[in-house]
Amino acid sequence: MKTIRIGSGAGYAGDRIEPAVELMEKGNLHYIIFECLAERTISIGQMDKAKDRTKGYNRLLDYRMRRILPLAKEMGVKVITNMGAANPKSAAERTAELAVELGVTGLKIAYVCGDDIYGQLNRYRENQVLENGRPLGELKSAPLSANAYMGAEGIVEALKQQADIVITGRVSDPALTIGPLQYEFGWSAEDNPREMGQAVLAGHLLECAGQVTGGYYADPGYKEVPNLYRLGFPLVEVSEDGTFVVTKVEGSGGLVNADTVKEQMIYEIHNPKAYLTPDAVADFSEVRVEPAGENRVLVQGACSHGRPDTLKVSVGYMDCYIGTGEISYGGSNALARARLAAEVIEKRLELTGAPAEELRIDYIGYNSLFRTDISQRILQAAGAPGGAGQSMEAGIPEVRLRVSGRFASREDAELIQNEVEALYTNGPAGGGGASGRVEEIVSICSIFVPRDRIEAAVTYLEV
Amino acid sequence: MKLKEIAHARTGDKGNISNISLIPHQESDYELLLEQVTARRVKEYFGEICQGEVVRFELPGIKAMNFVLDQALGGGVTRSLALDRHGKALGMALLEMEL
Repeated sequence: MKTIRIGSGAGYAGDRIEPAVELMEKGNLHYIIFECLAERTISIGQMDKAKDRTKGYNRLLDYRMRRILPLAKEMGVKVITNMGAANPKSAAERTAELAVELGVTGLKIAYVCGDDIYGQLNRYRENQVLENGRPLGELKSAPLSANAYMGAEGIVEALKQQADIVITGRVSDPALTIGPLQYEFGWSAEDNPREMGQAVLAGHLLECAGQVTGGYYADPGYKEVPNLYRLGFPLVEVSEDGTFVVTKVEGSGGLVNADTVKEQMIYEIHNPKAYLTPDAVADFSEVRVEPAGENRVLVQGACSHGRPDTLKVSVGYMDCYIGTGEISYGGSNALARARLAAEVIEKRLELTGAPAEELRIDYIGYNSLFRTDISQRILQAAGAPGGAGQSMEAGIPEVRLRVSGRFASREDAELIQNEVEALYTNGPAGGGGASGRVEEIVSICSIFVPRDRIEAAVTYLEV
Repeated sequence: MKLKEIAHARTGDKGNISNISLIPHQESDYELLLEQVTARRVKEYFGEICQGEVVRFELPGIKAMNFVLDQALGGGVTRSLALDRHGKALGMALLEMEL
């Protein structure tokens, strides 16, 4: 029976490169995917692109491609990635340049566009925004970006044209895996509901890379993971009947067992009977996982129920500024002094006429002020904090006050860090380690558009 | 007994919605979790954090469940004022629940 081996080389924009290299070298892979787009990455990419028309793709593209391209050629592994972000064309052109520079020739590089519908946004002003139920036209500021979550069709087309490297903008995360599987096995949502359910699940398990091989799993004394520091990334071996094995290469750190697979299967899904992706509405409710050797788990039983008629479009917009300041208080009565400091900040914000739209106060801490000996002494002298007959305050070695507020302007947001810093000379006793920052917040909202209006367009470069 | 003694969890985020899986270490404990860890109880437990509804979905194939907590991320991952904007640690809070 034909089996296709797909590895996962990145689970987020800034992920490590060595595990991907290890997979390409030792995984006997047909394909490797690199998933590098979080919800608002494209909006930030659009802002990069606005400053420089040749930018807007993943900032680690150069770094990754320098390692990947020679191996892709040498090992015959096809690369599929959404590192194109807001600018797949420039990402592909840069990749071609790098290939030439590295002396890697005979590669066909495809880039997939069609997700960017920013130019057509006017026709969707009346569309309801998922997050608040109001029309898109009433958004608080002008949209910065609008990208549809496309399915695997562009990737399938590129593979049919013998592309070696496929670079996309926004596609659904599982589409990076579904593309090669549809190309290899000819599956469709209409004719192969079980296989497509499995394809979505394989993609879902791969899309966060190390999160299925023991990453984000370890809990000393409860769940042990060997050699977490050199966690191996996953690969799936998919059979033509859709069943697949999740595993990792021999010698890598980490762990693949039924529990690591279960945790990742449920990660970021809502209704397991209806996991919506552009390529299929998957049903994971009857999936079964079973050990199939060391660090090998057999996964079967997913199915799917057709494809959605609409595609989700993420619209980015300038939302607000968040100002945050922190300062620490230690020793007996630390929490009372931190609370007094918080009260001072709140009243100062009122006095200066820049009240926050929303303000949050937190109290953080363990041993940052007094290291471990003295911190432990304070803890022990009082017994466990919040223990029987005690208030929460007793025995806390330190408290780091964190004040965070939302503002309409950067200038107002800066007040928080200024006021926190002013606590050095004007606040309660013993405050130390003040810090602060202001963040410009680009937020994302979602609308749905008919899928027949979104069409993948594939272009090829050859080196 | 704390939930952590018999189960593990992972938390995900989408917008202002948090989802927390709950998976027994021994599949034989699944029925006990179904009986004890109801959506209503989880909603009460996270009362200070979750402003919306809690829905529990079941995955009988892998003997696990998924809690979906609406309006639990301080306005959403991109704009929350919380230190842990994604609410990634929330699953560890669920495991502190007493059975």
